Amino acid sequence: MRILVTTALAAAVSAVSFSGANAQDKEITLCWAAWDPANALVELSKDFTAKTGIGMNFEFVPWTSFADRMLNELNSGGKLCDLMIGDSQWIGGGATYGHYVKLNDFFEKEGISMDDFLPATVNAYSTWPKGTPNYYALPAMGDALGWVYRKDWFERPEIQEAFKAEYGRDLAVPKNWTELREIAQFFQGREIDGKKVYGAAIYTERGSEGITMGVTAALYPWGFKYENTPGKYDMEGAVNSAEAVEALEFYKSMYETATPPGHSDAYMVANLDAYKSGQVAMQMNWFAFFPGIAKDETVGGDVSGFFANPPQNVEGSTLGGQGISVVSYSDKQEEALEYIKWFAQPDVQAKWWALGGYSCHVAVAGADDFAESTPFAGEFLKAMGSVKDFWQEPIYAELLQAMQKRVHDYVVADQGTAQEALDKLIEDWTISFEDDGKL
Amino acid sequence: MTDQTIQRIASDTPDVAPRFVRRVRGLSDRAITWLFIGPTLAILLAINIFPLIWTVYLSFTNYRANQPGREVKWVGTRNYERLLGSEDIWGYLQATAHFVVWTMVLQVLVGFGLALLINRNFRGASFWTTLILIPMMLSPAVVGTFWTYIYQPQTGIFSYIIDFFAGTGAIDMIGSVTLAPWAIIIVDTWMWAPYIMLLCLAGLRSIPDYLYEAAEIDRANALQKFWYITLPRVLPFLMLAVLFRGIENFKMFDMVVELTSGGPGSTTELASINLKREAFEKWRTGFSSAFAIILFVTVFGLGNIYVKALNKVKS
Repeated sequence: MRILVTTALAAAVSAVSFSGANAQDKEITLCWAAWDPANALVELSKDFTAKTGIGMNFEFVPWTSFADRMLNELNSGGKLCDLMIGDSQWIGGGATYGHYVKLNDFFEKEGISMDDFLPATVNAYSTWPKGTPNYYALPAMGDALGWVYRKDWFERPEIQEAFKAEYGRDLAVPKNWTELREIAQFFQGREIDGKKVYGAAIYTERGSEGITMGVTAALYPWGFKYENTPGKYDMEGAVNSAEAVEALEFYKSMYETATPPGHSDAYMVANLDAYKSGQVAMQMNWFAFFPGIAKDETVGGDVSGFFANPPQNVEGSTLGGQGISVVSYSDKQEEALEYIKWFAQPDVQAKWWALGGYSCHVAVAGADDFAESTPFAGEFLKAMGSVKDFWQEPIYAELLQAMQKRVHDYVVADQGTAQEALDKLIEDWTISFEDDGKL
Repeated sequence: MTDQTIQRIASDTPDVAPRFVRRVRGLSDRAITWLFIGPTLAILLAINIFPLIWTVYLSFTNYRANQPGREVKWVGTRNYERLLGSEDIWGYLQATAHFVVWTMVLQVLVGFGLALLINRNFRGASFWTTLILIPMMLSPAVVGTFWTYIYQPQTGIFSYIIDFFAGTGAIDMIGSVTLAPWAIIIVDTWMWAPYIMLLCLAGLRSIPDYLYEAAEIDRANALQKFWYITLPRVLPFLMLAVLFRGIENFKMFDMVVELTSGGPGSTTELASINLKREAFEKWRTGFSSAFAIILFVTVFGLGNIYVKALNKVKS
């Protein structure tokens, strides 16, 4: 009898373990940053689970530690993530160090064409080396740096009058960075509804990538280039050109004359907080946050307006956004590829946009009514037409940290000149490229 | 249990113990010593000595931990030359020295002062002791985070209080190059002065009363009693506390990262923060190993000098 009971128990335990293992196999983990679009993706992914039976786990990390956490995961060959929505700059390292699965054969087999996605996003999020048809990601989340402004304040007659009296033109969305600074300076310290407000919340964060993303939003419209000849790493005269120096000085003047007190280490969330609390007239931020702002109880609806990064000498916007990749260390690559196949479908992409994600699919972003679909969609398309990204080299993190230091030293800590900051940046980058064997 | 039962159990028990004893008896004292300390030594070698030697080796190479397939080249003293020739590195070391020296000075003054007060055994002394000890029980990361709110120039209480008493207007402690180094010193002092207090209190309570009674008979004044009795008796405790805190502050990381991220610019970028950036953000493993060795030698050297001084004071 005892043998019988033991056997039955063992069989039951085995059965439970087996079914547990099966369920386990049918689950994959997607890693991304913790922000508004990630919540939209959770919602969207329920359809995937319903359709395929594959469960979805999510590992979302705050932006300020996202790169740190996830690059460590990739570099250590970790199996936590089956799918990675990694930042655009990771693509070089992801491909070179073998963290990401090359997707060309899979795309061909499943009939997924990169022509169905916006060319700028394919180039930025999917390819390595740049400009070659080697795909390591599917464009997942289009993004660029844009601006939000207090439309309700801009439209007030007394504010309009005061602005016209001071600058001799109407208060409107700025046509260039000079106008942008003037508007920000106009609002700086002004009293509105009995409360002191400030000009603009710009990126000044030191720890991760904040100030670099902010400064490049000024550098690109001034015509900034990383190299004189693409692929040659000849930075002298490009990185520290007269235009680049002027742009950096301009950004510093924005920081000094048109930002709220204590705005010395601010990135996305700090800018959102400053804007939503009615502290600033404008904020610089990623388009990814704009659906949330448009729906916000206090600053949503007609209260806020949106515009793409203004030009100066040329059009130029800082690229954000990410592609979705299959992690090569994953034991569940088949399920992960199944997710990408599902995600690439036009109807899924349409729902992705409807939920608050920025689809890069031509069927969605290229549709005739796309620009009118939200107050910021048109500006998003405009921004995506002139985006530039930071270095996407495998050693991008090293290059990024050098820039964080040099520009923060100059802009926030007021040390040295813009020329010196950019000269030193070239020195840093030269050492990095030498160490990497590129120079 | 009866004697009979004990005898029965003894007779039924296999003769294991004597055999073991015989086997152990076969070992020399030295062998038994090694048997006991061997595992500890092995663990120590594996997790302490080997990594140290490995780090020394890596510091002479171009190794990058995020590029496992890359050829590791011997670069001689290049990493050390770059480090010692870099103005930035000297800047980080200077920021670290500023932080360590001033936190020690302030914490000794505040901690010792608090200990003297608490030692008076006034009513509610235990309550105040507990209250004072709370900051050091908090996580440094949490402390760093909530002090960013306290320092916030528009809404933070620190700026409000300074403005209320000194009429300075809003002050930006974290964004100012001049004030940021003091911002981190203030927070560290707030957090760790209680630790110094605790050790000093132990020292104060160990002083026998008869010494003070003898001083009274000799008509010593309060200052003389402090200078000739209290201070010498507490000094070993105080120096020990300074040693512990000094080493800790030399490698300070979490609180400062949360508070200033090393900014503005690189004003509060302490050596350990930069080391972490080099090692785990830039992945310059060889270079950062060289930096770690330099820091290790510095702390080890200074620590040794200090311990010798401490021993002198004790003797």
